[in-house]
Amino acid sequence: MKLPDKSTSLEAAVARIPDGATVLVGGFGVPGTPFSLIRELQRQGQKDLTLVKNDANEAGMGIDHLLASGQVKKLIVTHLGLNANAIAMMNDARLEVEFCAQGILAERIRAGGAGIPAILTDIGIGTELALGKQVVEMNGKPLLVEPALRADVALIHADRADPFGNLAYAATARNFNPPMAMAATIVIAEAERLLPLGDLSPEEVETPGAFVDQVVELPEISEDYGVVRR
Amino acid sequence: MSDVKLPEVKPIDPRTRMVARAARDITPGMVVNLGIGLPTKVINHLPADLPVCLHTENGMTGIGPTLPYEKADRNLIDAGGAYVSPVSGSAYFDSVVSFALVRSGRLDLTMLGAFEVAQNGDLANWKIPGKFSPGAGGAIELAQKARRVVVMTTHTDRKGNPKLLERCSLPLTAERAVDRIFTDMAVIDVTPEGFALRELAEGVSVTEVIAATGAKLILPDTDIPTF
Repeated sequence: MKLPDKSTSLEAAVARIPDGATVLVGGFGVPGTPFSLIRELQRQGQKDLTLVKNDANEAGMGIDHLLASGQVKKLIVTHLGLNANAIAMMNDARLEVEFCAQGILAERIRAGGAGIPAILTDIGIGTELALGKQVVEMNGKPLLVEPALRADVALIHADRADPFGNLAYAATARNFNPPMAMAATIVIAEAERLLPLGDLSPEEVETPGAFVDQVVELPEISEDYGVVRR
Repeated sequence: MSDVKLPEVKPIDPRTRMVARAARDITPGMVVNLGIGLPTKVINHLPADLPVCLHTENGMTGIGPTLPYEKADRNLIDAGGAYVSPVSGSAYFDSVVSFALVRSGRLDLTMLGAFEVAQNGDLANWKIPGKFSPGAGGAIELAQKARRVVVMTTHTDRKGNPKLLERCSLPLTAERAVDRIFTDMAVIDVTPEGFALRELAEGVSVTEVIAATGAKLILPDTDIPTF
């Protein structure tokens, strides 16, 4: 029996993203950010996007291009302190920003990928992040209801992939990629190396290909992915 | 007068003294997360043979020395964006696993920066309304769930206003979270009765610490050690 081939081009993969989509974007800083998928999304110009990402990259990098081109309506992030453009847009009300505690963002996405509608947590109790959230009491303690995050699309950066969409990651380029790769209707992964079926050992697969819809091999590793000299 | 030159004693600046003192609170066997900024510098003061596991919330345990750009691995950073190296026994994992480690009580100690700390242990370190609101990243979970939460901060802000207060005026990161505060002037514990002075930086008087603190300071009955 042979596994299906989901490999495709950047252009064809990104063309599946509609206007108004909610898009999970992997990465924490540079490592794990799918820069090539992001650039293609900028080129195709889909509008009114809601992006979910750990951070807003830095000015002139990654999703900052989508902010600058006016394609993003809302950003759900944990931190955007390294991107002065994003902060300025937020302060001028040109961009709606929802902040989420980092591990809770991860857990909401994990829940979305695991078919769980919400999680309960004491994280954020007593802070602004609890404002407006549903509270339930359990064992005498108040807990926040944090709804699962499941998106229309996930954009994932993998180190290695096979044509079925099995994925393996490098070092701290994992971060949000593995949970996001389980939590969207259309999961698109770019990979630095697309290996023939069988060359990615079952032991090293972190994201099973059954979660993944499209795989794109990067023709080159652009300088976006390189070491940033600050 | 002899012609023999004595080795020049380098004056240690107060921040370096604070960082070096904080490093002494990291003991063998701990799993430790060092926050962005001053706490990261604690690494430079840890003995090379100290058996300790450093965690960074972007997904690594076993952080080794920071690398210069030319030797950096583009896929290996800490949560502050510094290019770090692995040690023998390092592990990489995703953000779900990283925060499972934080929230489940496996993190023995976190060291964080602060805008304000209140005498009940409330911590504010993520937002100055109207001026600075970049989001808290992982700080809320670190402050709320690490088994011991230590703050490193200058005793006063740039204008000389106290940062140790009866109550925080800024939005909180976490309630009743802080156990100990290292400043450039003193080591202070948060106790059920309030701030308790434990140690003084060399050359700093009790009177100066009291004047720079915006809440009652409980003084010990005995001599106060210096660092």
